[in-house]
Amino acid sequence: MSDMLSVTFVTVLVASVIAQTMPLLLASVGETIGEQAGVLNLGIEGVMLIGAYSGFVVTLTTGSFWLGMLGGALGGIVGNLAMLVLNVWLGLNQIVIGLAVTLIGEGITSVLYLQNYAKANASLGQTPSLPIPGLADIPVIGQAVFQQSGIFWVMLLFVLAVGFLLAKTNWGLATRAAGQKPSSLDAAGGSVLRTRSIAVLLSGAFVGLGGAYLSVLTTATFTGFLTNGLGFIAIVITMLSRGRIALVMITSLIYGVAVAIGPALQVIGFAIPADVIKMLPFIVVILTLIVFARSSVVPPALGAPYVRGAR
Amino acid sequence: MSIDTEPELKPAAQRPEPMGTEQSRGRAIVDGLVRSILPVLLALIVAGFIMLAMGSSPLAFFQGVWTYGLSGGNWQRSLVLMAPLVIIAVGLIVAFRGQLWNLGYNGQYLLGAVVASGVGPYLFAVMPAWLATLIIFVGAILVGAVWSLIPAILKARYGTNEIITSLVMSFIGVGIANLLIKGPFKDPSTPQPQTAVIPDDQLLPYIPGTQIHVGFIIAIVLAIVAQFVLTRTSFGLRMDVFGASPKAARHVGINSTWMVILLFAISSGLIAFAGSIDVLGQYSYQRANWDPHYGDAIMPFVFLARLSPLAAIPLVAFYAILATGGTLAAQQAGLNVDFLLVIVGLILLFMTITEYVGERRRLGQSYLPAGLRRTLVRPFQRDGRGSL
Repeated sequence: MSDMLSVTFVTVLVASVIAQTMPLLLASVGETIGEQAGVLNLGIEGVMLIGAYSGFVVTLTTGSFWLGMLGGALGGIVGNLAMLVLNVWLGLNQIVIGLAVTLIGEGITSVLYLQNYAKANASLGQTPSLPIPGLADIPVIGQAVFQQSGIFWVMLLFVLAVGFLLAKTNWGLATRAAGQKPSSLDAAGGSVLRTRSIAVLLSGAFVGLGGAYLSVLTTATFTGFLTNGLGFIAIVITMLSRGRIALVMITSLIYGVAVAIGPALQVIGFAIPADVIKMLPFIVVILTLIVFARSSVVPPALGAPYVRGAR
Repeated sequence: MSIDTEPELKPAAQRPEPMGTEQSRGRAIVDGLVRSILPVLLALIVAGFIMLAMGSSPLAFFQGVWTYGLSGGNWQRSLVLMAPLVIIAVGLIVAFRGQLWNLGYNGQYLLGAVVASGVGPYLFAVMPAWLATLIIFVGAILVGAVWSLIPAILKARYGTNEIITSLVMSFIGVGIANLLIKGPFKDPSTPQPQTAVIPDDQLLPYIPGTQIHVGFIIAIVLAIVAQFVLTRTSFGLRMDVFGASPKAARHVGINSTWMVILLFAISSGLIAFAGSIDVLGQYSYQRANWDPHYGDAIMPFVFLARLSPLAAIPLVAFYAILATGGTLAAQQAGLNVDFLLVIVGLILLFMTITEYVGERRRLGQSYLPAGLRRTLVRPFQRDGRGSL
């Protein structure tokens, strides 16, 4: 049991928690922006895969991890265009469109990967780390947290920025109004369509970043169906967090711990079947839903296309 | 039909139907056909262009679908695939008619399959095949029904979104099925993680003269029965009322809590039944990490069939041919089986777009002024009626 608290074990565990939390955190923040504006994006699983694939390809071809993340964000925006045109502009059934985007995203990325990269079995390698002077020398935490890649810090900054923007600025107010009562936004002179459009594109960028973080930093490679349901977990986290970025961060962290604890225990010699490790986050999610079923709240206008004058 | 004598301002949609109901019903059927087939055609065309862009030959692909899915004796393989697909379609229709999104089909299917592949070898060893088969079917349906209780109760009691809960339960179900296959149900005689093979003479018998097991007949009969129950009985009417408005349903005395749990149980039980019939009819054993994702593929066709079990049969047949032939054809065209997912997703997209265009036309909410619109729409209608 003394292994449990050894320095290497804790270091590996903390680093692994961060690696598992970040993709989900970014995707959940993206989904939160969309949901706050009244657009439920069930295609997030597909959009994440598109972001993951484009991030992987850009990093592999340019050799730059930063450009890879940018590519992931752009991929996410492109993936969300279908949602923008068909749901926000034309008001079509978002559940059907969401499922369609998921299926197309899964299919196209898997086919493209197998066609172009499967034989090479390409790995992106280690991301260059950015030790924070002073803090990086702290034992355990220093190595696990303060020697992360610079991308980690920038992403964290983005997440906090979204939290601030949603809560404290006019843009955030308009976005939340578009989800709570679109007619009031319309009456106040704002454009529901434009607000929702911006929110959907920004949401796509964050979901794409989440996918790219997964393929570029966490796994450093891509395979078909890489996300394995992560997008759906992001939807659950968004529902439970009620639009508060702080809660999104906490719930994502709980998920990260649930995912990271299994392999970490394996490292120190506990034999846990891989299937249990894969199931664990979903079991945590369903237990959370059972316990907090009553407090999962979504914006009233979620999923309802806005038609001026309609009741 | 004189176009010019009609009052100028009268919108086309409010025009009284001049011909008897027979002809308007005929037009409704033609309309329905167009709306069901058009999205599929558009999806196939766009998929062809995507194939071109990826450097594969769409012609080779579609030719391969024909060769491996229909010609020779291959149509029989397509019909075998139809058996589980039709049952899953009926299961989805039951849930969707009640406006319940049961998206946990992958887990439900695999749990039903694992009942057959895991318990089957033990049962067939000690009792006659017909009795073992019956027990397996009932067991699979019960497992599916019980598995759906968590999403159903959460939905009925707290209104928790069943899309999320059923999906999450699906991932857990897939995990449990894999654990069972690697653990208690593993065949000790092979190093592979798979269940023991059920001997051929214990499997479902073939329809005489073919290589199609009787599960196909069970599936078709089930669809016919479902069609009858859904459209001709009071239970079907209750379901439709509940689906249209749970509030209205409460006013006419339908217990909505019970309704949610019952519909979820039937839906999930049927999908699990499809899994068990697939194992007993076709596969005879189950490998770990095997997941055919049937439900994902079938869903668009259920919508295209307007949630009617009978109308779903030809559409499912189409997909069965596409999937049977497409698996080999995709490899030949330098693609991968997963490309079928892209085609299915495109069908879903074009379905919503066709629906949108259709609604616009019928409700008279066109962006074009009424007079201009009529000149556009009329010739199309007349041609359509004449040639079809």
